[in-house]
Formats: sequence, structure tokens, C-alpha cells
Amino acid sequence: MVEIALRSLQVTVSALAISIVIGIPLGAWLALGHFSGKKLVTALVYTGMGLPPVVVGLGVFLVFSRSGPLGDWGWLFTSAAMVVAQVIIATPLVMGVTMSSVAGINPDLRPQLRALGATPWQATWAQLIEARNGIIVGIVAGFGSIISEVGAVMLVGGNIAGRTRVLTTAIVLETRQGNFDIALALGIILLLLSFAANSALIVLQTRTGVPR
Amino acid sequence: MTAAPFYDLHHVQQSYNGRIVLRIPELRVEPGEILGVVGPSGAGKSTLLRLLAFLEQPARGTIMLHLDDHALTAETATTDQRRQMAMVFQRPALLRRSVRANVAYGLRVRGGRDHREQIEAALRQVKLDHLAAADAHTLSGGEAQRVALARALVLQPRVLLLDEPTANLDPYNVRLIESLIQQHLAAGNTTIILVTHNIFQAQRLATRVALLLDGELVETAPAPAFFQSPTDARTAAFVSGELVY
Ligand SMILES: Nc1ncnc2c1ncn2[C@@H]1O[C@H](COP(=O)(O)OP(=O)(O)O)[C@@H](O)[C@H]1O
Ligand SMILES: [Mg+2]
Repeated sequence: MVEIALRSLQVTVSALAISIVIGIPLGAWLALGHFSGKKLVTALVYTGMGLPPVVVGLGVFLVFSRSGPLGDWGWLFTSAAMVVAQVIIATPLVMGVTMSSVAGINPDLRPQLRALGATPWQATWAQLIEARNGIIVGIVAGFGSIISEVGAVMLVGGNIAGRTRVLTTAIVLETRQGNFDIALALGIILLLLSFAANSALIVLQTRTGVPR
Repeated sequence: MTAAPFYDLHHVQQSYNGRIVLRIPELRVEPGEILGVVGPSGAGKSTLLRLLAFLEQPARGTIMLHLDDHALTAETATTDQRRQMAMVFQRPALLRRSVRANVAYGLRVRGGRDHREQIEAALRQVKLDHLAAADAHTLSGGEAQRVALARALVLQPRVLLLDEPTANLDPYNVRLIESLIQQHLAAGNTTIILVTHNIFQAQRLATRVALLLDGELVETAPAPAFFQSPTDARTAAFVSGELVY
């Protein structure tokens, strides 16, 4: 059970880290940049926020299946494929919420900081800090969407004992086999993990409230 | 002591979405002066300040800042040169941090060591030392405007651009801010441009006054002449309060 919980955490934390690295800079850039097609890209990101996980799983399955374009990598039914699916699910969430919270800060702030001597990068950094509460909400949403996700990881991971079995897929299996006590225990672990992670993020949110 | 900076503007025009909002054939901001810029709302005063602060570039014409034997434009000014200037926006755009962190911001982006002394001094100047640890977003309008001014003054900028720094303030705060502006100028090698819709404030503080109407520079004159013997009929109307806006 501990092993399954650790694998869940490992897959989800890896996927979340990648989503953060991709989603926050792109979200900020979408919010602050001026380019043609911005409305279309924004609409696509918002659509991505609501992607059905099973469909994502199906897409990743096809890409990594033996006859798929990346079949040679041999990633199907490994935790790498699960991470890929979770990144695709979580990134639009992180990106979209970052985008809307950065876009929501006072438009005068950037030029005002520039007028106090900030370089463009320093001003961008300050804007991100300013939007931190929203960005953390995005990270929480991304985490929640993938730690509890079952369809995509079942498809691409295959729920292989000792290799790709995670909390959600184990719960499905144990329930089907009538081991309700084990299923329930796994469910409680899942809830506790989720609670712990969200608490940590909320602490981060208040901690960064008023620096110095 | 180095000489105060000054500006030269030639055939400057600014437009947004194809609409011309500012047209200034010639304007010189003299070294060491307080140039008061007056005019009704929408006249282009804030646009002029953003241009002078090198935050945007004019659609046409040139804006040259002469600073220590360098002639700078928005394109050529280096970060260090830009850091000789500071602008205070019309609406204080404060960071969601403490008052002290707001005042420290400009010093911190410049890097370097411990600025505590300067920050505390600036806070005392604007009479906000008792609120140093408060969240800046909990301040009243007048307090926020004083923080906005303090975070510019603490940088001791050679060019200080102020956009209606006392709008909507009570008389006590107006007096306080006006005296800080005068103190800053007294430091010597500094030039100030003060946008205000309050002609009495321009009369109290400015060495010269410029009137903007509908994006057009109507008249620029030394303060006494501007108020007592304006050459343009529209200036006379504005000064006497006849010009309705
Ligand atoms: N970023 C902008 N985009 C479009 N129009 C603008 C922008 N900034 C100012 N304007 C317009 O330019 C004109 C002058 O504005 P402003 O310089 O703010 O005047 P003032 O400060 O004298 O009230 C106004 O009509 C305003 O609507
Ligand atoms: Mg204005």
C-alpha cells in the first residue's frame, strides 16, 4: 500500500512539476504579450482546461502504442506514459489560471514599476509575485485534477502491479474484487495525500503574503 | 555638483488606435525647474508624462533628455540612465506587500545592500513610519498616494515626474506633499515635471506652467506671466476658471 501511494505521489508530483515549468511562463506570456491570434490561443487553453482525461489517455495510448509514432520508445504501460498523460491534463489548468490571474492585476503596475527603475524581467517577476495567489490556485487545481484521475492512467499505465499501479487504479481493482476494506483504506490515503498537498500550498500562499 | 537635466521636445505626436491625443511642436523643460502642466481631464497630461518617462515612444518627433552631457531618448537610455528618473502615476499602483516593501522596491531592483536607513527616513518624511509593516492594500487613498510618492523620493531621482500627486487629498496631505516636492527640488541637481489639474497648486509650486487642451500645447510661460498676463485667450479663460471642463 505504501508503495502504491509513493508511486501515485511520484507520478503526480513529476507531472505537476513539468506542468508548472511549462504552464506558468506560458500563462504569464499569454497574459502579458501582444500578438495576433491571442484570442484563439486563449480559447484553446480554456478548452484544454476541460479536456476529458479519458480522451487524453486514449491519445497518449495511440501515440505510444506499438504502431504509434512514438511506439519505439516503449513507454506504453510505464509510469512515463502516465506522467505524459497527467502533464497534458494539468498543464492547461496551470496555464489558464496563471493567465487569468496575471491578466487581472492592475495594468498600471508594470509601467509604474518600470518607472521606478525595474528592468522588464524584474517587472515581470513582480507581476508574477503579485498574481501568486491565483497561480497557487492553478497549481492546486492541476494537482487535484491528476492525483484523483483514473481513466487516463488506467489506459496508458495498464494498472500493472508493482509497476504502474497507483492509488486510483488500485481502488478500482480492489472494489471490483470486493475488497472494500482495502479500497477504502486506499481512498483514505488518497484523501490524506491530497489534503496534505493542498495544505502545503495554502501555507505557501499565506507565507508569501507580506514579505519583509 | 552636476547640472540638472533638461528635456527638448520637437514635433512630438502621440496617437492611440489612430487617434492623435498629443501634439507638441516644441517644448523645453529647463534644468532645475518645476514645470507645471495643467489642463482638463483627457487633455493628454498623463500621456506626456509617460513619454517623458521613456515608458513609451512617440508616434512622431523626438524627445531628448539631456543628462550629464548625454542626450537620451527612450530608445537609447540605458537602465542606469533610466534609473535617474522616477515617475509617480496618477493612481498609486502599489504592490500587495507591506508599505516598507513598496518603498524599498526601487532600491531593491537597483541591487546592493542594506537600505533600511533610507527607507525609514522616506517613511518618516511622508509620515507613514507607523504603518511601515501594514499591507499596502489596506491604506486609505491619501496614505497610498504618500507611499507612491515616498517610493519615488527615496530613489533621489534627478528627473521626477509627478502625475496629479495630490488629487483627491485633504488639505493636510496636500500641504505635506507640496512641501516634500519643494524639498526635493532644493536638493539642487533635479528637474521636476508636475502634472496637476489644480491651477492653484501650479501657482504655488511651478517655476513655469504649460497648458494642454485637447492634446495641444496652448501656452508655456513663467508662472507669474502665465497667471497674470497670459498671451493666449484660452489660457486666460482657463486661469480665470471660465473654461468649462
Ligand atoms: N493607452 C491608451 N489607449 C488608448 N487611449 C488612450 C490611452 N491612454 C490615454 N488615452 C487617451 O488619450 C487621451 C489623453 O489621455 P491622458 O493623457 O490620460 O489625459 P489626462 O492625463 O490629461 O487626463 C484621452 O482621450 C485618453 O482616453
Ligand atoms: Mg491623467
